[in-house]
Amino acid sequence: MTKRLFVFVSMIMIASMILAACGPSAAAYTCTDSIGCVTVGPTDPVHIAYLLVVAGPNAALGVDSRNGVEIAIADAGGKILDHSIKFDGEDSGCSAEGGVAGGTKLAADPTIVGVIGTSCSSEARASLPLLSKAGFVMISSSNTAPSLTTPGSSDNYGTAYDRTAHNDNFQGTAAAEFAFSVLKVTKVATIHDGSLYADELVKVFGAKFTAYGGTVTTATSVDPNATDMSSVLTDVAAGSPELIYFPIFMPAGALIIKQAKTTPGLEHTYLMGADGLFSPDVASGAGADIEGFLVSSPAVSGDAYTAFLAKYQAKFGTGPINIFHAHAYDAFNILKAAIEKVAVKDADGTLHIPRNALREAVRNTVNFKGLTGTLTCNETLAQSGIDIKFPGDCSSAGMAVWVYHNVPFEIFKSPEVVWIQGTGVIKPVTPP
Amino acid sequence: MLRTLRQRITITDIFIWIIGLAIAGVVIFGTIRTLEGGRYSGGAWLDLTIKGLALGGVYALIAMGYTMVYGILKMINFAHSEVFMSGPFTAVFIALGLSNSGFLNRQPIIGLIIITLVSAAVSMTIAILLERICYRPLRTAPRLVPLITAIGASFFLQYVFRGFYGSGSKGYPTIDILKGTWHIFGIEVFKIQLIVLASAIIMMLTLYAIVQWTKIGKAMRSVSEDKEAAELMGIDVDRVIVFTFGVGGASAGIAGILYVLLFPVVNFYMGFFPGIKAFTAAVLGGIGNVPGAFLGSIILGLLESVGPNLFLTGLGIPSPSQLKDAIAFIVLVLILIFRPTGILGERIAQDKA
Repeated sequence: MTKRLFVFVSMIMIASMILAACGPSAAAYTCTDSIGCVTVGPTDPVHIAYLLVVAGPNAALGVDSRNGVEIAIADAGGKILDHSIKFDGEDSGCSAEGGVAGGTKLAADPTIVGVIGTSCSSEARASLPLLSKAGFVMISSSNTAPSLTTPGSSDNYGTAYDRTAHNDNFQGTAAAEFAFSVLKVTKVATIHDGSLYADELVKVFGAKFTAYGGTVTTATSVDPNATDMSSVLTDVAAGSPELIYFPIFMPAGALIIKQAKTTPGLEHTYLMGADGLFSPDVASGAGADIEGFLVSSPAVSGDAYTAFLAKYQAKFGTGPINIFHAHAYDAFNILKAAIEKVAVKDADGTLHIPRNALREAVRNTVNFKGLTGTLTCNETLAQSGIDIKFPGDCSSAGMAVWVYHNVPFEIFKSPEVVWIQGTGVIKPVTPP
Repeated sequence: MLRTLRQRITITDIFIWIIGLAIAGVVIFGTIRTLEGGRYSGGAWLDLTIKGLALGGVYALIAMGYTMVYGILKMINFAHSEVFMSGPFTAVFIALGLSNSGFLNRQPIIGLIIITLVSAAVSMTIAILLERICYRPLRTAPRLVPLITAIGASFFLQYVFRGFYGSGSKGYPTIDILKGTWHIFGIEVFKIQLIVLASAIIMMLTLYAIVQWTKIGKAMRSVSEDKEAAELMGIDVDRVIVFTFGVGGASAGIAGILYVLLFPVVNFYMGFFPGIKAFTAAVLGGIGNVPGAFLGSIILGLLESVGPNLFLTGLGIPSPSQLKDAIAFIVLVLILIFRPTGILGERIAQDKA
């Protein structure tokens, strides 16, 4: 019995050797890339992952980006170089811990070519060491903290990371310009929540506002999990500011909006946040007190964008729930173009994607026509003395300020655009 | 005389006293510096104080659930924070419905009563189910077992509610008649804070009356004294325990509505911090002791509200409000060092002794 089995196995082995020898003798691909290659079998999909906040109080931020990527995949016919696309990923919770947990899971999967993410800058800082080591290229649609691309910063992982969202040097500058020259306030208070994003944004805002000649009366912070904001708001009210800038997240953002109305001295103070507070959750969390709440966010417009909105509505049955859907759409397309540029295709359809070459290709994206404007990822740009763009920052699209009204969330209605940097006032703001 | 003193005082005692004095020194120094600095107006201090009292009142109602259950079963019901969350998180849908139909502003009192009843009913149901499903089968188990079960039940409930209502935050509607301020003796006070404080005090008095002067209250006290003896005297112990959980749950549900009047945003993890704070307050006042829970809660609410601005601003510490939990828990540690049974003493421990 054993002998017969042995003979059978030997026969099969010999047969397979003969067959292999007779096969096509094309030169096998040898990977020369410094950090390795991904091999995608003839019938395997190209695996692109996301690391976005798709659950919890800031889910709108990540889900909106994921929706943007899904539309981009549909627009690409679901294929890259005739391979289908596998798109899945992990929730990153908009926190450093979530970034590490999600990043660890993704880093363990060698089939992943690139990652769309993260949503929040803290997640990027925590997950980049893992994802960079795994050889992936990451393109974020909504990270805005300057340190992620600032040359020489310890959070800068070189070509492993690019983003289609604006740098906060840009957003903070625009917000300060709006506050000082449009609202004509001279005294502001800033509140951050200890996150990388908020911390850097208030720094830029404060520096720029002071440079204009304004005063920062209080620069303080809150615990993102706190519900009782009374002591921080009393502290802020003591400096009697005309505007409070708190570029933080939910639910702390809504709690500050609500409680500022019942803090003596703050009843007639402008409240202003940033793109982290651009979501339906803010509107439902703050209720009627949302009226007049200002947020800085990118300006989006154009025919291609209008067509995109229609696709969004058709695919998901709702309008966009955040502002970074178009950035995610562009992020995916930049990644796709880079893969198409560097991938080597065998005769049988096998794809070889050299990882470092892919990173270089993404970084060398120049004049890419995207939904958010023309994207160039390898330049440094300065505006009135502040570097607003470093290599790795692809976007140079304009910033806008939006205002919420006491109606259900619907992009362009509530919030609606009141000011675009460079263009000027679209609609006057009613003082609180 | 000196010798006996030396024998009674150990190195540890001296060390503890030094820590205590150091903290007291920092607090006094910070307070003086803050008041000298004159950054805050008298109105701001008054506002913080009333907010603190109102918050303390809410903590007191939650703390009742911890302290009564501890009194009877000698266990810490860590899932009580989720009992607290379940009520207002469910009632928010009723509140939004009433608000959208315009009923809430036309009949605000009836509207509020409906919302409160729904919240209390949901919290009470959850508390009773917890007791029946999670704790009763473990009543004879070692004390650690129900404790761990409570933590498990707490996570279970959080994620069940997340599954039910989603992971986002929902805002409670604002009621027009509760907006604005009242002038009392020339002092401007926000209506909501006064209403919350008054409601909390009325609820506490009601609970105290139930425990002290009703038949079932008497039964509760006897069960907490000695379960076996109470059973022999013909008291239905199971019924008393269910009643205790029910009352604790209902008061948590009402506390939930008062809490959202102050901080009108609800989500599935909203129970955690108030729960921990109320537990701290119960320990601060002496766990198992009803007036103690009230006193502990008021002290904790005031410390949290006034403390950061009063103690820390003068020391030049940036963003003092972030350290309010640190203040609250340092007080807890100090109380546990100098008076381990709490301010009013652990009623049970004294009676047993």
